[in-house]
Amino acid sequence: MKPAPFDYVRPDSLAEACKLLAGDDDARVIAGGQTLVPMLAMRLARPARLVDILRLPELAGIRKDSDSVVVGATTRQAQAERDPVIRASVPMLARVLPWVGHPPTRNRGTIGGSIANADPSAEIPLVAVTLGAEIVLATTAGPAAMPADEFFVGPMVTSINQGECVSAIRFPVWTHQRIGVGFFEVSARKSDFAFVAAAAQVALDEEERCLDVALGLGGVGDRPLRLDVSSLVGTRLDAKSAAQAVHAASVDLDAASDLHASASYRRRVATTLCLRALEQARADAAVRPALGAR
Amino acid sequence: MMVDLRINGTVRSAELEPRKTLLDALREDFLLNGTHAGCEHGVCGACTVLLDGEPVRSCLLFAVQADGYEITTIEGLAPAPGELSVIQDAFCETHGLQCGYCTPGMILAAHALLQQTVTPTREEIVEAISANICRCTGYGQIVEAVQFAADRLRIANTPRALLSPGGSK
Amino acid sequence: MSADPASFRFVSTNRRVREDRRFVAGHGLFVADVALEGMLHVAVLPSQHPAARIVSIDASAALAMPGVHYVLTGDELAAATDPLMNGLDTPRVKRHPLAVGQTRYAGEWVAAVVADSRALAEDAAEKIDVSYQPLPFVLNAEEALKPDSPPVHPEHGSNVLLDRTFVWGEVDKHFAECPRHLSFRVTWGRSSTVPIETFGVAASWDPWREMLDVWASIQMPKYPDQIARALRIPANGVRVHQDVDVGGSYGVKRGIKQTVLVAHLARRLGRPVRLIEDRLDNMAGGDAHGPDRIFDVEVAFDDDGIVKSMKMKALDNAGAYAGRAPFQLGKPIGAIVGPYRIESVQYRAQSVTTNKAVQEAVRGFGQAPTNYAIETAIDKVAAATGLPRIEVRRRNFIRSEQFPYLIPSGSTYDSGDYHTVVDKVLAHIDLDAMEKERDRLRATGLLAGIGVAACLEPSGANSAFEPLLNEKNTTTTWMDSCRIVVDGLGCVTVTIHNTSSGQGHETLVSTVVGEVLQVDPDLIRVVRPDSLACLPSNSPVGSRMAIMLGGAAFHAAQKLKAKLTRIGAHQFGLGEDKVVYASGGVADPAGNRQLGWAELVNIAHRHYHLLPEGMEPGLETTHVMQVPTGGTLPKDGRVQMYPCHSFEFHVVLMAIDPVIGKPEIRRYVIGHDCGTVITPHIVRGMTLGGIAHGLGAALLEEFVYNDEGQLITQSFMDYLLPSAHEVPAVEIVHHCTPSPFTVFGQKGSGESGYLGAPAAISGAINDCVAPLGISFNKLPIRIAAIGDAIAKAQQPNQGQAT
Ligand code: FES
Ligand code: FES
Repeated sequence: MKPAPFDYVRPDSLAEACKLLAGDDDARVIAGGQTLVPMLAMRLARPARLVDILRLPELAGIRKDSDSVVVGATTRQAQAERDPVIRASVPMLARVLPWVGHPPTRNRGTIGGSIANADPSAEIPLVAVTLGAEIVLATTAGPAAMPADEFFVGPMVTSINQGECVSAIRFPVWTHQRIGVGFFEVSARKSDFAFVAAAAQVALDEEERCLDVALGLGGVGDRPLRLDVSSLVGTRLDAKSAAQAVHAASVDLDAASDLHASASYRRRVATTLCLRALEQARADAAVRPALGAR
Repeated sequence: MMVDLRINGTVRSAELEPRKTLLDALREDFLLNGTHAGCEHGVCGACTVLLDGEPVRSCLLFAVQADGYEITTIEGLAPAPGELSVIQDAFCETHGLQCGYCTPGMILAAHALLQQTVTPTREEIVEAISANICRCTGYGQIVEAVQFAADRLRIANTPRALLSPGGSK
Repeated sequence: MSADPASFRFVSTNRRVREDRRFVAGHGLFVADVALEGMLHVAVLPSQHPAARIVSIDASAALAMPGVHYVLTGDELAAATDPLMNGLDTPRVKRHPLAVGQTRYAGEWVAAVVADSRALAEDAAEKIDVSYQPLPFVLNAEEALKPDSPPVHPEHGSNVLLDRTFVWGEVDKHFAECPRHLSFRVTWGRSSTVPIETFGVAASWDPWREMLDVWASIQMPKYPDQIARALRIPANGVRVHQDVDVGGSYGVKRGIKQTVLVAHLARRLGRPVRLIEDRLDNMAGGDAHGPDRIFDVEVAFDDDGIVKSMKMKALDNAGAYAGRAPFQLGKPIGAIVGPYRIESVQYRAQSVTTNKAVQEAVRGFGQAPTNYAIETAIDKVAAATGLPRIEVRRRNFIRSEQFPYLIPSGSTYDSGDYHTVVDKVLAHIDLDAMEKERDRLRATGLLAGIGVAACLEPSGANSAFEPLLNEKNTTTTWMDSCRIVVDGLGCVTVTIHNTSSGQGHETLVSTVVGEVLQVDPDLIRVVRPDSLACLPSNSPVGSRMAIMLGGAAFHAAQKLKAKLTRIGAHQFGLGEDKVVYASGGVADPAGNRQLGWAELVNIAHRHYHLLPEGMEPGLETTHVMQVPTGGTLPKDGRVQMYPCHSFEFHVVLMAIDPVIGKPEIRRYVIGHDCGTVITPHIVRGMTLGGIAHGLGAALLEEFVYNDEGQLITQSFMDYLLPSAHEVPAVEIVHHCTPSPFTVFGQKGSGESGYLGAPAAISGAINDCVAPLGISFNKLPIRIAAIGDAIAKAQQPNQGQAT
């Protein structure tokens, strides 16, 4: 199980990386390599050239803006997991990271790599879609951005073009006082990709009424999905309202069937995990102080 | 291409094809056979090495990417020929292995954990070794080995005055 | 002959396992660590088709690549070698390392490339152009039985390798007598032992000495003989280096096809050659899958839950070639009634070829699937009679005073005390408390249940199933052996004549020899000479080494002790029965005179004039051990299978979230009785590892072929081995019923845990879902299948689930 031969280049700048990629249809980006290298080893991918962007300074770092946190593409998953800014401002990302692979793969795997790999059951893309993150791209013409739900097209397929690479992910920060997150997934073993994963984030007012809600599903269809449960805003996220909203949002969910789980399993469990994630998020928010800084 | 790697504290150089994984380079070019190939696609953990102290899969990293890191292999853990580290010795004490094939990776994963904490919970130990598949042991005696090593490291690092009579437990 | 347990110095004490030191330091010697001067590397080209005629193979593009030395095809190899050995008398089912004329499963090796590196060999393999003409194929065993199914080996005439019906006892009468019958089907999915080290072999041929040297990751009885036969060279021209550490095997590392392939290449090219299977080679074409078996079982019992008779049909899907796999239907005959007093049995063993990968021996050699079927029967009898499952087991158990106990199929069980083991386990877990906990879980909305399994581990393997299933095979011995040498400086070196794959044989023999000679085992060196310097041995299969290697070491040490005693007695002018051997020395009983170890050694090595007349100088003894109780050919379909029978009793508390369907083990307790334990650490590890392996077979692991005949679980991403997250902490309750047939009372433990865990886990899941009126009767039981079945059962008009 040895990869087919390739050239390896490690450009000094992002611009140079884009140039290298743009000029060569057989070039591919490598960063952490945790999903690419197995593909190379099995010769399911066989680029002629790997452009290593891992050490580009432009792609590193976690920055907080007024209404968003910008996570550099090469931020390692383990680093993000420990990062205080992410914990405080993108709690959903912090919540799912322990479920991404396992510790050694998180030590090498990057946030941008998981996004670019676009596995429909992966946790980081799920968070990006659920929260409405923006995927920032480096192109030969300079930076560009697109919403996560436009970025993901299908299983392992994104709208990225040759000559571009993911440079950062801009996660919106909710500014409400009382925010909670919920996350559940089912997989054969803990570290495996999820048959179904559901992530929820809610904001509550002092009276525990829902001010905002985001709910997403992974593993069910061909890419992560954000469900429209905006009807829950203003409710107390009681079981009945939640069930109605989730059912309405998931009636015509297309689910995949494979060796590990049938489509009907995925649909059924999706609904349940959505409700559980919402409830967990609600409970998480409800224990936060209603007033004052967190 | 020419690659310079810092392995177990020594800089080693070799002319390598870019497609050669760190795993293969360690074994074939630097003759460090303690790092094992189990799956070569990132699942089993037999190839685990430490990169700047953190466990990683050496089958998921090309050797040309590994410059600039401090690479530690199992050969780098024993303090001297014939002498075992506390963790290695603990694996012998509880028989935390059988065939020994997963063992170097398992020990490096445990080593990384115990660099972080000498008071790990069972859950933390399980999480730390969960990326390393052992087909022989069912993990019971491995978990015990890590617990045992943690106890010994904790005692070793505790001033005598703070040790209650009969040990630190 | 048994030593007195109370007086053990080293046996049964908590000593370290001496092998561990080299492994924790990363200094094992695995086959992939063997680097030979000028060694070339092999990559194999797998067939994409489950069945296809090979029309042509064009390797010219591959051969033109730099660094490529050779491309070997099946035709060339078949012309130069003999077919690999079949276990059954099925001469027309020919098997070669590379497909000849036709491929018979997707993944079968069609050609082999030799190059300067494995990567180059893989590059070249992609360039080989094979033209195939697809043929009809069959994957399902029941389909393969049908006369009109596509024959995997047309020359053989059908897909049936074996179809034998045995009737032991008055089955019809017992069925007629019993007021109650029930029947069911269970299916054991195709899984295997899947060691973390794949199979590998390196070989070199020395044309001047006419010697083939082999280093291999091997656990194969008669390995050198089989290689020699296939290569048509004398067996004393094959030298297997047995000091290679094997990175796990648990049965499957047989490797004849790989070795013949590599050895032929080494001879052909005049260079050392090696093949280290990669994971894809190993899973799809390494011929290392395990049993794939459908059981149809019928039992006759009464209202008290006493099972009097059983009819069992086992249909096994052997895959594309025969090999030894069909024997895995034979070995369970030695414990076909489990721990129960079932008086008569009808057993039909069927093995068919299909277009799946070839089976190899898997831990327990067919016993774990059989135990799963038997235990399912007992659970169903309990359900039918309304009796508790543990109570039904107790009522049917052979009682301790009935041993030695002859079962209908001809084996005598050595010893056991099943009731006591169960009592101890129940006392340990506090069954009432566990049932309360189950009820508490149920009250929280979970499905909860308890699984139990009681089963045997036949141990001390002979190969009595060979003559039983193949009349042309008249083998009645499966010896193992040991040699002890004491050198002129008094140091003890013991040789053993097998490879090891984690069983700790060096620790075993040093402990045993130390015990007998009363010297510190840590001072005893244990080595493994190459096969040409070996005494007759079989490999560490069938849970035999504590019994057979331990036994051989014991007897060799006894002989050495006797020699030392004679030497000492001779110096004192006394008879040997008049002196005492203690701690390596000999003394007269009055204690006036004594000779220490060093003095005795000195006499043996240097003072011929002081030796008793006729005694050979030096200190060396050997023992070749016959399997206890073995040694006769089958009669009337009955035979004494293995001599010893370890017992295990599993109790599992399980909870299942009814929507998710994920089975969660809340508690796992096993009672284990393998007689006298020689090295507690090792036995414990075997048991824990066996349970983890059984958990995999029950819940996670399966080689799945899709309808096109392609293996869809051929990497570790889809074939799921349990990680530390999935394996629960296991509590072991020990009991010791010594075997009367072994030197210390020991029995085997190499398969322990695995033999009952699948049955116990399946039983626990079925107990969880029993209130819904459903059950699962096929392993592995996947999460989503559980979820789907529960959902279906909870709908109005529910039906039976799978
Ligand atoms: S060999 Fe690297 S993870 Fe298996
Ligand atoms: S000790 Fe054999 S795989 Fe872990």
